[in-house]
Amino acid sequence: MKVYRVNMSKLSFSIEDVPERWNTLGGRGLTSTIISEEVDPTCNPLGSKNKLVFAPGLFAGTKAANSGRLSVGAKSPLTGGIKESNSGGTAAQRLAKLGVKALIIEGMPKDDKWYTIHVHKDGVNIKEETELLGKGNYEVIHTITSRYGENTGVMTIGQAGEYKMSTANISVKDPKGHLRSAGRGGLGAVMGSKHIKFISLDDNDGEGIEIKDKKKFDEAAKIFNKGLLRHPVSGEALPKYGTNVLVNILNEAGGLPTKNSRMGRFEGAEKICGETMHDIIVDRHGDTTHGCHVGCVIRCSQTYNDKDGNYLTSGFEYETIWGFGAGCMVDDLDIIAHIDHECDDTGIDTIDTAGTMMVAMEANLLKWGDGEGILNLIKSEIKSGTPLGRILGNGPDFTGKAYGVLRVPTVKGQTMPAYDPRAVKGIGVTYATTPMGADHTAGYSVTANILKVGGSVDPLKKEGQTELSRDLQIATASIDSTGLCLFVSFAVLDFDEVFISVLDMINAQYGVEWTKDDWNNMGKYVLTIEKEFNRKAGFTKNDDRLPEFTSEAIPPHDAVWDISDEELDKVLQF
Amino acid sequence: MEVNVKLFATLRDGRFKEEKANINENTQISDVISKYNIPREEVKICLINGRDADLNQILKNGDTLSLFPPVGGG
Repeated sequence: MKVYRVNMSKLSFSIEDVPERWNTLGGRGLTSTIISEEVDPTCNPLGSKNKLVFAPGLFAGTKAANSGRLSVGAKSPLTGGIKESNSGGTAAQRLAKLGVKALIIEGMPKDDKWYTIHVHKDGVNIKEETELLGKGNYEVIHTITSRYGENTGVMTIGQAGEYKMSTANISVKDPKGHLRSAGRGGLGAVMGSKHIKFISLDDNDGEGIEIKDKKKFDEAAKIFNKGLLRHPVSGEALPKYGTNVLVNILNEAGGLPTKNSRMGRFEGAEKICGETMHDIIVDRHGDTTHGCHVGCVIRCSQTYNDKDGNYLTSGFEYETIWGFGAGCMVDDLDIIAHIDHECDDTGIDTIDTAGTMMVAMEANLLKWGDGEGILNLIKSEIKSGTPLGRILGNGPDFTGKAYGVLRVPTVKGQTMPAYDPRAVKGIGVTYATTPMGADHTAGYSVTANILKVGGSVDPLKKEGQTELSRDLQIATASIDSTGLCLFVSFAVLDFDEVFISVLDMINAQYGVEWTKDDWNNMGKYVLTIEKEFNRKAGFTKNDDRLPEFTSEAIPPHDAVWDISDEELDKVLQF
Repeated sequence: MEVNVKLFATLRDGRFKEEKANINENTQISDVISKYNIPREEVKICLINGRDADLNQILKNGDTLSLFPPVGGG
């Protein structure tokens, strides 16, 4: 395999050999390694010293199911720390087929021109772009597909990325020609700072994937794939209801953050829950289940149509529906779907935009429950880059400062997702301590706390939470390096043979002899270099803390945040 | 005595979302599951008044019982 390196200061390109130490790194492990090795932690994230790295995972392009996630890394303009955000879509498998282990973009153009990068088997072409500037992500994807053909991958930024907003994401074309996003941490602003509107990928005649022991790999992949389908969560629940099935269970458990985390239950939950959404999708002839990338067998995504049966949005996730729904007190699924569509098109993260809207409601810019008002702020202000839009597009902390709001639901500048840390304490430990800023996917303690997968730990008690979060953060850092979807974890946690099959696939593909210890050490290594980057960037243990309002009790259980600073400081000490 | 029973996801199919149930003293969660002909293995998560509960936990007058099959997301 090889590394493609693009220098936007010189508008030049080079192909490099993969350093041996990167051989068994992929996805997050590789993006975080490259950022750690090559980016000055004190640099301005929107300046020429930051780099943007795209890396497929270790299994991308193989027969392993759900192995097509793409990792994107940089120093984050939202958190000021290291960032890896991963996405579905078709880009990771195209990079793997081209034999590209990482695409590194560095430097910054010296002029005001905007560019596109076309990636193919012989390298890349850097071209000036004018036609699609100022356009939304859907139009970019449709135009590029007609310009280069159906079988073309696209990674793009919307208007928010062009404005270098801290909530801007990078969107990736999915198999149906819609989009998925590397949502968190403002990576779209980093791409915008380098004046790249989109990256297109042509994998024709790529060199393909090398597998040292193909027979052994295929046997392990068969066990792995069957295991995903045999587990009731990945085999049945996720395909039928998608992630939004969680609204009701978090609501019942009193952990659904409502009205900017004032309550743990939302009166309108039934109107926005996964069961209701499933019935609406069926009624309107949408698609209740499809995969975000080729080879996905879990298929948690869906297509949500409007009342007239026309496409409205897809990849309509629990986090989005919670954030604009319960978080902002909006109980209308159609309006939330419109908001999701506008976020996707503008290229802004739905979790951080929801957090921003909660802060906007605290500031009386909007009334609680005003879904149309949210939609209008996104369409008329953020998308247009008005002064107010630029405040909102820079996220909850920025908006809180602008309006003097104290109740801002963030850790390291990033919005806490859809599980209240007082009522689901294990996820609170993850929000506080992950190097990523508040991120549920970094150590999804909701598994044992609420879903009773991978054991059972009472969500309202502090016992066992730090160990749970630590173990999951380690495992997740490894999973993110393989390029496997995080939802394989349900089967990996519950079925030994599925976990063993993952090790067998690494050993067969790369000709190594990894044990469980090597797997854990990979996760620890990734977390250690990420923590070290953040330390050099100026973070201290005092940044590993939840917002002050979590000392207030949250109904119905009157739960408070009671995990001590000393306990948090030990979580990622290896 | 009376308890409030709430069903979710696939457990709703052919049954109901929410129903008041009249039960005797010393009724366990497993008895309620049997009463609605729900196969035991289909119930993964039981909450009484929003807190974790075991199948053999005894219900009190006015309790809300929430039952879920295996679910996940994130």
